[in-house]
Amino acid sequence: MIAQIHNIGEIHGTIRGIIPEIALFATTCVVMVLGLSPSLPVRRLCAPVTALGLAIAGVLAVTTTPETLGGTLPWLPQYAKAIIAVVGLLLVPLAVGTVDRTEEHLVAQGKIEFNPLRTNRAEFWAFFLFSLTGLMLCASARDLIWLFLALELTSLPTYIMVTISGQNPLSAPRSNEAGVKYFFLGAMSAAMFLFGFALLYGATGTTSLPDMAAIFAQRGVDPLAMIGMLLAVVGVSYKIAAVPLHFYTPDVYEGAASPVSAFLAFVPKAAGFLSIILLVSTMGWHFLPGESAVDGVIHATEEGFSLPPLLRLTLWVMAALTMTVGNVLAVLQNNVKRILAYSSIAHSGYMLVGVIAGPGESITTNGLGAVLFYLLVYGVSNIGAFAVLASLERRVGPSGEPAEIETVDDLRGLCYTHPVLGWTMVLSALSLLGFPPLLGFLGKLPLFTAAISKGEIPLVIVLGLNSAIAAFYYLRLVAVPLLDSPDPTAAPAARTPFASRVLAGFVSAAGVLVLILVANSIMRASSKAGLYRGPEAAIVETDGEHAAAQPPDAAH
Amino acid sequence: MTLLLLAILTPLAVAAVVSLGPANRAKDIATAGMFGSLLFALLAAFRYDWTRSGDFQLAGSLEWLPALGLNISIGVDSVAMLLILLTALLGPICSIASYTAITERVRTYYAWLLILQAAMIGVFAARDLILFYICFEFTLIPMWVLINLFGSTNRKAAATKFFLYTFTGSLIALAGLVYVAWFNATGVPAGSFPGAGEWTFDIAALQAAAASMPASTQAWVLLALLAGFAVKVPLFPVHTWLPLAHTEAPTAGSVILAGVLLKLGTYGIYRFALPFAPAAVVEYSTLIGVLCVVGILYAGLICWVQTDVKKLVAYSSVSHLGFCVLGLVALNVTGVTGSVLYMINHGLSTGALFLLIGMIYERYHTRSMKELGGLAAKMPIWATFMVFFAMASVALPGLNGFISEFLCLIGAFQADSSWALRPGPTPGATPGGLGPWFGLFAGMGMIVGAMYLLYMVGHIVWGPLIEPHAHHAHGGHGEASHAHEAHAPALPRDLNAREIGVLLPLAALCVVLGIYPTPILRVLETPADQLVVDVRSAAGLAPAGPAVEAANESQPQAAQLAEVNR
Repeated sequence: MIAQIHNIGEIHGTIRGIIPEIALFATTCVVMVLGLSPSLPVRRLCAPVTALGLAIAGVLAVTTTPETLGGTLPWLPQYAKAIIAVVGLLLVPLAVGTVDRTEEHLVAQGKIEFNPLRTNRAEFWAFFLFSLTGLMLCASARDLIWLFLALELTSLPTYIMVTISGQNPLSAPRSNEAGVKYFFLGAMSAAMFLFGFALLYGATGTTSLPDMAAIFAQRGVDPLAMIGMLLAVVGVSYKIAAVPLHFYTPDVYEGAASPVSAFLAFVPKAAGFLSIILLVSTMGWHFLPGESAVDGVIHATEEGFSLPPLLRLTLWVMAALTMTVGNVLAVLQNNVKRILAYSSIAHSGYMLVGVIAGPGESITTNGLGAVLFYLLVYGVSNIGAFAVLASLERRVGPSGEPAEIETVDDLRGLCYTHPVLGWTMVLSALSLLGFPPLLGFLGKLPLFTAAISKGEIPLVIVLGLNSAIAAFYYLRLVAVPLLDSPDPTAAPAARTPFASRVLAGFVSAAGVLVLILVANSIMRASSKAGLYRGPEAAIVETDGEHAAAQPPDAAH
Repeated sequence: MTLLLLAILTPLAVAAVVSLGPANRAKDIATAGMFGSLLFALLAAFRYDWTRSGDFQLAGSLEWLPALGLNISIGVDSVAMLLILLTALLGPICSIASYTAITERVRTYYAWLLILQAAMIGVFAARDLILFYICFEFTLIPMWVLINLFGSTNRKAAATKFFLYTFTGSLIALAGLVYVAWFNATGVPAGSFPGAGEWTFDIAALQAAAASMPASTQAWVLLALLAGFAVKVPLFPVHTWLPLAHTEAPTAGSVILAGVLLKLGTYGIYRFALPFAPAAVVEYSTLIGVLCVVGILYAGLICWVQTDVKKLVAYSSVSHLGFCVLGLVALNVTGVTGSVLYMINHGLSTGALFLLIGMIYERYHTRSMKELGGLAAKMPIWATFMVFFAMASVALPGLNGFISEFLCLIGAFQADSSWALRPGPTPGATPGGLGPWFGLFAGMGMIVGAMYLLYMVGHIVWGPLIEPHAHHAHGGHGEASHAHEAHAPALPRDLNAREIGVLLPLAALCVVLGIYPTPILRVLETPADQLVVDVRSAAGLAPAGPAVEAANESQPQAAQLAEVNR
């Protein structure tokens, strides 16, 4: 019962569901050509056009995404695509100037001719957009094969982005090493979750996620399917940098240029979480018989509303270990990028708590909504920290190659030497720590409430203790820029010529402050995106008879 | 609500002005901001109807995150109002007291001082759990910066320890508070009181809901809340951050730390731990009482062997706040009233002691009792104040410390269920987990308190004159600091008008509260009584008792006398 395209109407419906992706893809094509133009002003259009494409895709995501694509999480795509577009828009100014800097410098001096074969700009921005397209496709996935392809479309460009981000003799070996490491481990994880997908197909005879959900609901979960699910979830956990597949994170983040690290901290992570939510929702929350769907939405307090025990245990252990490993190891680091890498691991652990809590009706009980909100919170806060690193550089080596700052000592007295960047770092670190009343706190609060409302008290305590451990290293990132005096012996770090990176940091820091005022509507949207519908309702939907279990507000 | 909001927002707005304005005017602007906040707090106090002191007045609510059940709602009862007044009063005092002590990074200093002021007032004014938590946590950052930048030698370690201790504790407390909110959302039938059965962080609703929580759950909630608040108080054995933080903090930081920040812990116990886990508090009051008494005696004995004057006063805070918590867990009107009064009195007298020690430190650059002695000969005005506030802190009858300490002790003494077994009338006795032994041992703490404070006063105020620069072992250091001081505006030997002006209001209040505490006791009695009745009835204490108890204690004075043995 592989999901087949039954008729023209369904093709039409599918295409209607991926209009933002189509817009992004079209932009990709344009950018690929623009970046090869011999005229510098035209080449420079790459970033603005990328931003324009993302903005259009964001608007399209909100306006055109139908809520009738079916599946157990029918409201997920719209919200997910909107936040992908927003965070993507923040990543664009940050990524300006990542590649071709030396090349363009020499061209501008007239020392070499512009040679389209030797530049990376077009590729970089095209891969940037490809990856985001893949991410959006993950959100629309209703089928295992689609999901696999979308995950790979998200990941493959990032391997290349990591590798080409090292642009001078100093950073190129590191980024090459990071790229290779990232690629091979990524391939291994892909093999793992693909094997898991195959087992799921073997167990259910379908690749359609809604069909699978219905089969699990009717027949229960057999061991083969469970093994497949566990392999798939663990394999996908590579994308979110969760234990046990977290080892690459610090090395890759350290080796890649900061803008690319920031990209890695959001895009694959979001893809991973969307996939995990979609996969788990086939098996979870309805596996015991006897529940009933009211308005198509299964209510959180009903009996039998949870994950299969083995899946829950796996996720539980993953969440607890991921938080703890990430936070404990981050304390030991001295390199800001490694700190942020380990903190990225820890944040995945926090978000897994929301997945374990599962869906609910309101943001306070909806763990999935909390995860989706936290993705935005994490994306916005994290970009600020990386933007600070990306905005400052030192001249090192005999030829004075620019090198990004990366150690904690490089941040000393930043609030005095570069106030905007210093305060960006302070606010981002405090927000990542979850310090009230900043955005990070509002992100953690729904995770807290959702987990408590599902009785996951031990997990909440692990989360609380981990936030306390996190204070050790985030506090350093606050103290060093804010309280220390600039190091008089070291040469001061200079700003990179790319002012837009500072802008990205500023917007992120402002977002950390301003979004707390408008968080209510975002929370409502994320909570709606995390609403879960029972498999019966979902299957009716995919068969094209979608009148039955429609909630009243679903636009059709 | 407007006045309270203004009292909170004025320091915040002025902090922005200070950090952007000229550095040489920063202290004046900051002081003006502090006075502005004090003015609004006073206006709020005038608007407050003290005859209805148990009600939350000047209340109001702004919608913030209704999806999470989160609102900016504020309001004060008499306890919160008095603590706000204490905070608002200490604000300008701290600002003025720092004029000569802080010469570098003045804008940073005063800006954070103002932000701290806003956060502290916010804690007391909050009627929403998360708003409370936000303000509670937010006091950490300014204090952390103040200690870290303006403290003495070991300041970084002290600041970090302070931050991590309190942050960890309050995260666990947050889990407990959120749990209560969840219980309210799911565990109580909707409509039984405003806010029941829905997600809200409204303190009144949660308080009503918590009463119906199972006792075993309450024990966990109490544990979680105490993890946050006991660290802040600090209660033995989680007090170890305090001496370090106090010793290293700048003078104003110590004053605020002792005067207000520690009260956030006792206020948290008063406002949340007791009403959110009534049955558990009743069950574990003996245990908490034991911790208090151990803390009182242990910290008192540590004080006795201190040579660093500031550390001595810091440890004395641990000892004194033991009385405060002891009064709270006595769970009778006497104890709770005394405890709240103690919060205010301790803020006045210990705050003043830290100011006095800061003044000495500014002159001699030492706080060691080995290098200081007989200063009465050189600084008579300083010596007068020192003796006065030490007496207030020792709880000399006639000064403010006495009445509150005495009430806490009486409360603990009376709070014993075994009184009921004794034949004959036992006036004032209430059922509870403490009793005469607690009164006795805590009373010994008063004696220890008198010993170490009088010993300290005897040494550095009277005794043979010792001044650091005459001390050979530290001669070089003394010279260096004097050479350094030559650039700074030289302070006169004895206190100047500014310093006297800083101390006088505190001294006046100490006398007023010592001689005539009745008005304050009267306004504190109503909320204390409400709390006791709520806790008792929620805990289902003594099947026949509660009704009689509640009826009796609603006329507190009468109840104290008319309580008869059952």
